[in-house]
Amino acid sequence: MLILTCPCCGVAAEETELQPGGEAHLKRFGPGSSDDAFEAYMFARANPKGVHFERWRHAYGCGKWFLAARCTATLEVFGTYSAQTKEPPAEIVTKIRAKRPDWAGWSA
Amino acid sequence: MSTRLAQGGRLIDRQKPLRFTFNGLPMEGYEGDTMAAALLANDRMLVGRSFKYHRPRGIVASGAEEPNALVGLGEGARFEPNQRVTTTELFDGASAISQNHWPSLDFDIGAINARLARFLPAGFYYKMFIHPRPFWKHVYEPFIRQSAGLGRAPKDRDPDRYEQAYGFCDVAVVGGGVAGLAAALAAGRAGKRVWLMEQAAHWGGRAVVDGVTVDGAAAEDWVAAALAELGGMANVRVKARTMAAGLYDHGYLLAYERIADHTPGDGRPRHRLWRIRAGQVIAATGAIERPLAFAGNDVPGVMLASAVRDYAVNWAVSPGDRTVIVTNNDDAYRTALALADAGLVVPAVVDARACVTGALPQAVRDRGIRVLEGRGIAKVKGGKRVTGVAICAQAGEGSVLEEIGCDAVAMSGGWSPVVHLWSHCGGKLAWDEAGAMFRPDPARPPTGADGAAMVVAAGAANGHLQAADCLADAHAAGGGTGAAPTAVTEAEAPLEPVWIMPQGAGPALRAKMWLDYQNDVKVSDVQLAAREGYESVEHTKRYTTLGMATDQGKLSNINGLAVLSEALHQPIPATGTTTFRPPYTPISLAAIAGEAKGELFQPLRRTPMHDWHEAHGAYWEPVGHWRRPYCYQRSGEGIEDAVRREVRNTRNGLGLLDASTLGKIVVKGPDAGRFLDMLYTNMMSTLPVGKCRYGLMCNEQGFLSDDGVVARLSDDTWLCHTTSGGADRIHGWMEDWLQCEWWDWKVYTANLTEQFAQVAVVGPKARAVLEKLGGDIDLSAAALPFMHWAEGTLGGISARVFRISFSGELSYEIAVPAGQGRAFWEQLIAAGEDFGVMPYGTEALHIMRAEKGFIMIGDETDGTVIPQDLGLDWAISKKKADFLGKRGMERTHMTDPNRWKLVGLETPDGSVIPDGAYVPATGVNANGQKNTQGRVTSTYHSPTLDRGIAMALVLNGPDRMGEVLDIPGIDGKVYRAKIVSPVFYDPEGEKQNV
Amino acid sequence: MKRYSVFAVAREALRNHQGWDRAWAKADPKPRYDAIVVGAGGHGLASAYYLGRNHGITNVAVIEKGWLGGGNTGRNTTIIRSNYLQDPSAAIYEKSRSLYETLSQDLNYNIMFSPRGVMMLAQTQHEVRGYLRTAHANALQGVATEFIGPERVKELVPIIDTNGPRYPVLGALWQPRAGTARHDAVAWGYARACSAMGMDIIQNCEVTGIRREGGKVTGVETTKGAIGCDRLGIVVAGHSSQLADMAGFRLPIESVALQALVSEPIKPCMDVVVMANTVHGYLSQSDKGEMVIGGGTDGFNNYTQRGSWHHIEETVRALVETFPMLSRLKMLRQWGGIVDMTGDRSPIISKTPVEGVFVNCGWGTGGFKAIPGSGWAMAELMAKGASPLAEEFSMFRFREGKFIDESVAAGVAH
Repeated sequence: MLILTCPCCGVAAEETELQPGGEAHLKRFGPGSSDDAFEAYMFARANPKGVHFERWRHAYGCGKWFLAARCTATLEVFGTYSAQTKEPPAEIVTKIRAKRPDWAGWSA
Repeated sequence: MSTRLAQGGRLIDRQKPLRFTFNGLPMEGYEGDTMAAALLANDRMLVGRSFKYHRPRGIVASGAEEPNALVGLGEGARFEPNQRVTTTELFDGASAISQNHWPSLDFDIGAINARLARFLPAGFYYKMFIHPRPFWKHVYEPFIRQSAGLGRAPKDRDPDRYEQAYGFCDVAVVGGGVAGLAAALAAGRAGKRVWLMEQAAHWGGRAVVDGVTVDGAAAEDWVAAALAELGGMANVRVKARTMAAGLYDHGYLLAYERIADHTPGDGRPRHRLWRIRAGQVIAATGAIERPLAFAGNDVPGVMLASAVRDYAVNWAVSPGDRTVIVTNNDDAYRTALALADAGLVVPAVVDARACVTGALPQAVRDRGIRVLEGRGIAKVKGGKRVTGVAICAQAGEGSVLEEIGCDAVAMSGGWSPVVHLWSHCGGKLAWDEAGAMFRPDPARPPTGADGAAMVVAAGAANGHLQAADCLADAHAAGGGTGAAPTAVTEAEAPLEPVWIMPQGAGPALRAKMWLDYQNDVKVSDVQLAAREGYESVEHTKRYTTLGMATDQGKLSNINGLAVLSEALHQPIPATGTTTFRPPYTPISLAAIAGEAKGELFQPLRRTPMHDWHEAHGAYWEPVGHWRRPYCYQRSGEGIEDAVRREVRNTRNGLGLLDASTLGKIVVKGPDAGRFLDMLYTNMMSTLPVGKCRYGLMCNEQGFLSDDGVVARLSDDTWLCHTTSGGADRIHGWMEDWLQCEWWDWKVYTANLTEQFAQVAVVGPKARAVLEKLGGDIDLSAAALPFMHWAEGTLGGISARVFRISFSGELSYEIAVPAGQGRAFWEQLIAAGEDFGVMPYGTEALHIMRAEKGFIMIGDETDGTVIPQDLGLDWAISKKKADFLGKRGMERTHMTDPNRWKLVGLETPDGSVIPDGAYVPATGVNANGQKNTQGRVTSTYHSPTLDRGIAMALVLNGPDRMGEVLDIPGIDGKVYRAKIVSPVFYDPEGEKQNV
Repeated sequence: MKRYSVFAVAREALRNHQGWDRAWAKADPKPRYDAIVVGAGGHGLASAYYLGRNHGITNVAVIEKGWLGGGNTGRNTTIIRSNYLQDPSAAIYEKSRSLYETLSQDLNYNIMFSPRGVMMLAQTQHEVRGYLRTAHANALQGVATEFIGPERVKELVPIIDTNGPRYPVLGALWQPRAGTARHDAVAWGYARACSAMGMDIIQNCEVTGIRREGGKVTGVETTKGAIGCDRLGIVVAGHSSQLADMAGFRLPIESVALQALVSEPIKPCMDVVVMANTVHGYLSQSDKGEMVIGGGTDGFNNYTQRGSWHHIEETVRALVETFPMLSRLKMLRQWGGIVDMTGDRSPIISKTPVEGVFVNCGWGTGGFKAIPGSGWAMAELMAKGASPLAEEFSMFRFREGKFIDESVAAGVAH
């Protein structure tokens, strides 16, 4: 039963207030994109056993989407941050590196 | 004979006798008894039958670990199977029945299985019953099912109430023994918000039974003082009868409070399920004594040594006049002393250790009790009750040295810390060689949201079995700063691991050494599993069913995996344990369901007119969490007749539909038009103010996801109608794109679905009735043409009028503030009386739209249909560079010229094609399935045309007009249908445009 | 391999069962095999079994990180049915179901297939239409199902409340030859049969790398050393993405937790399987007497084999509402497993971008029922390079948008 702090309203929200939304920082590929790019955008989700960046909506709260960095093997939460972000904030990346020295790092 | 002693019993009140029955026999106990204590006090040692062999089973433990003594409790609607009598508080009028036997507990035909035991070893069913094939389902399986299964199934609806509640704390201390109390005191004094919970009704755990001295006082008094102090702290909550069932991630602790199990029917909720968020959990859950594996260790009368002590001290119950004690440790000597104190006879203490010199054994010897060193039990004598034991050398193979008559055996194989809460979220264990036990490994704790340990084990649960260590450990776990409470107990010599007795026992003896009493798993079964290659501890568990009984291996697991390790010639930690899963002890499904049953099962969404519909014969249909009238039945009228009447009346006169459930989402802002152009397949930015446009929404795959009419309210404001089921989803979808992709676009959305009631006023008389209501809106065809909207007042209520039609009739959909919805509806009903107004339901709605060939999301679409399949190419903008779904539609499967496309089907004989029918094609596919070329998506009897009509997706359908198809139904008939246009009624649209 | 029979048990009984062989041999890896299957769950073992039985390829190793049958094979609710809507699904699940019918005899191991019937309740008009559609599809697919009314539902399952206040039962899709089997026995029976054909089942051996040369597989690296092979089958539900990563490609898979629970055992009260999809729950009674309950998945990526508590509450609520007599029963144990979810929630049995590497994954919440059929198709694919049963389940279908979407009817894929 996860608790994630909504960066928008500041509430430490329980999982039942939240709606999961899959991998974060996806780049949308629309008309004109290659078959490869579109397929990857639609289906090739990162599915690591470890550090994962993901989308959540505080659905039964402030209604805002936000992003979280979480470990899928331990459920440790490294941080949550605004959905209006193109890549993980530096302080969260630093924190993850400190805790997971083997982590390969985030890539777009 | 087990009986009640004349004196003592720290938990019972002899002034308060309670009456109860067991298998119909009246018995008496005292307030404070558990049912187990009361049964023993009435000399009822045999209380049940085992699962597989139907062996006689007696009470073996005194707490949650009891595997044998399960009964059916209560009667009628309050009957409950598999109640553990050791944790059932006695109450006046209780009635219990024993389980898993036929015809009676004392004479059970199923016990024949015990005679056949050697033919029924572990996993026997995997090797047998293979032939003849039908026999498994029809002969063998019913027999096995009937002979398994313990208690009988309840039959009635549960009359009791169950609650759920939330708790929040810094520290949750689980366990009300001295360790739990010390930890709670430490944390409480430090100002932490503390929950302290104990599964039983009483406090103090073992210390109060074993006569420990804490801080110079009797444990009993120290416990009372601790509870008093905790009770006075505003930051501490103390809860008895509350069992921590499971720990889940991020400190979510589930606790199960048994409020009224001992006061049934008193009006209080029976159970309360607490969902507690704990910053930290202190598991002061104690330890459980292990049985010893010797032949006949399952005969009723063989009990845990600590349980014998509990019954004598807590409830003044003697398990027998003569009790032989068998042990591998010093602690069991306390039982000898307790029995001697009670004036009972202990013929001998049989100790597997060769040399016994500790203080406790000495105290026993001083009482004149024989201590047999290096000895074991070769065999327990007796069938339904112990009559004696045969003594042998522990080092040998079981040659009998002497026999001792007795009516009870108290055994102790050492203690296992209760590590369940530590383990539920992945905490790891370490093997403690000296204590021969698994204990929490502090280097590998379960971790929480912050990656730090979220559980601390304390006291005996942490492997500190001596009271003094236990208290110091618990004090530290609670964050105590000052001196820890000090305890004084007799020093104990180390135990000697003994996994079978005698150590050299041959196959015959090993086949009589029980590990799992309820499931009848013996030492020989585990050894067989190892021999056959079921070497993983999980394989052994599953192959033998060891530890899968209702006690979940609390008594059997460690002994079983030690036997397995020996069989595999590997150290115990290499074998490891099976996974600990919640709940610690079983919890009622009712408590898990809580109050969400019946009308409260799920929230019910009601439109403002809901009660009116209810009062006017609505036959309801669930639509999401809404309910909508499927039709309105008149007295004596069938459902189909009602639907036909509603359709005909609407087509010929006037119908009203409660359309309030339709999604109504306002989209506003400088970029709203641009945003809607991305969301809809067609262009919305060009829609003039005052006009409406039908729009389609697709997901990124290109599949049609929702549809509805969009109205432009002002220069920067659009109102988007969605399907009833789609409102929340589509609003979420809009927000997703706005917040996560186009966050710099200036758009605001609001889901106003419940803010407005909406009524569709439909039929040739629609304009007349609205004009009769009166108001300031010009409803004439010239002023308010089809696909326009206007606002003003109608019948004194402010209203927005959309001239749109989902039926093909002259139609106005009118939105009014939700609070005025019912009044507006009633005005329409009253004003419509002259025009023959009738409300109509969802089925009439569906039929009328099908007559017009309008698609319905969920009928014509199913998540794999693109707009082009439905002939909706006109609604897909060619001008727009991008919209959601555009790229998806460009993929090869979507642009395949050979797709199933929408057509109408007409049956020459007017019959109705069955719902869901497929259109076969010639031949079969590579897997031998009949090929298909289409399917029916909607099919109705049209009351307007008085014949069957259908819509279907057919391979290249629009190119095949006039072709006749044969469509087989599952009713065995073949329906012949001609491909026609899907618009069956008023193809020119004359009726809606008047 | 000594045959199992009542006579063999009787014979052994007379000598205290000292003479039983190991069910499967202990094996250390050989330097190379014709084929390696990674993952000794039901699907992996069945793949190996049919490689030998149907294609004569017996120089095969099945490599398992933990203990065989220890993944989702050993932690599911054992429902076997084939009343699927889409042709490719119905084909493979029906093949599977029909193989289950004779599996005990084929393997000489009683896997306790119990064709007691599976019923999927329709509790909304939408579900009624969805199941009618499925029934029509099944008729053309050769899958015996029927749509039954509420009276027949009540007759088959007396403990059900068909007139609940919220979602009255309007009917059900009924497959009489569907049922359950003993999950562990399926893995053990296949393992024993594989071992009897001379295959090596290597437990406690984790694959750490996949060796390739020129775009073709040459072997695997493991915690027990490198092992060569020409053909490699990856059959590791829950860790498919990790193995694909080692082979250098990405699968359209996300891993989430699915939970189940059992009650304490009671005497027989229900001898069919009931699935209630509107309220999200399914129920059967095991031969031990436990009520076996399953529900929905968590919505977030998770490898912990633990799920979130609220799903258990939702499922139990739904079932107590539908079966009021459950109320006073007690939950004995709950657990979770990690399932692979694909983009269309249907499985993948496919060639991959690496020559000689085949993948079988993505069974979501419903893999147990598919074990024999999946193994059959996977073996054919590995042996011949193509299999009609696997054809539509290619991992490349997503690119074309050619979904096999079972959720389009009212069904869910348990």
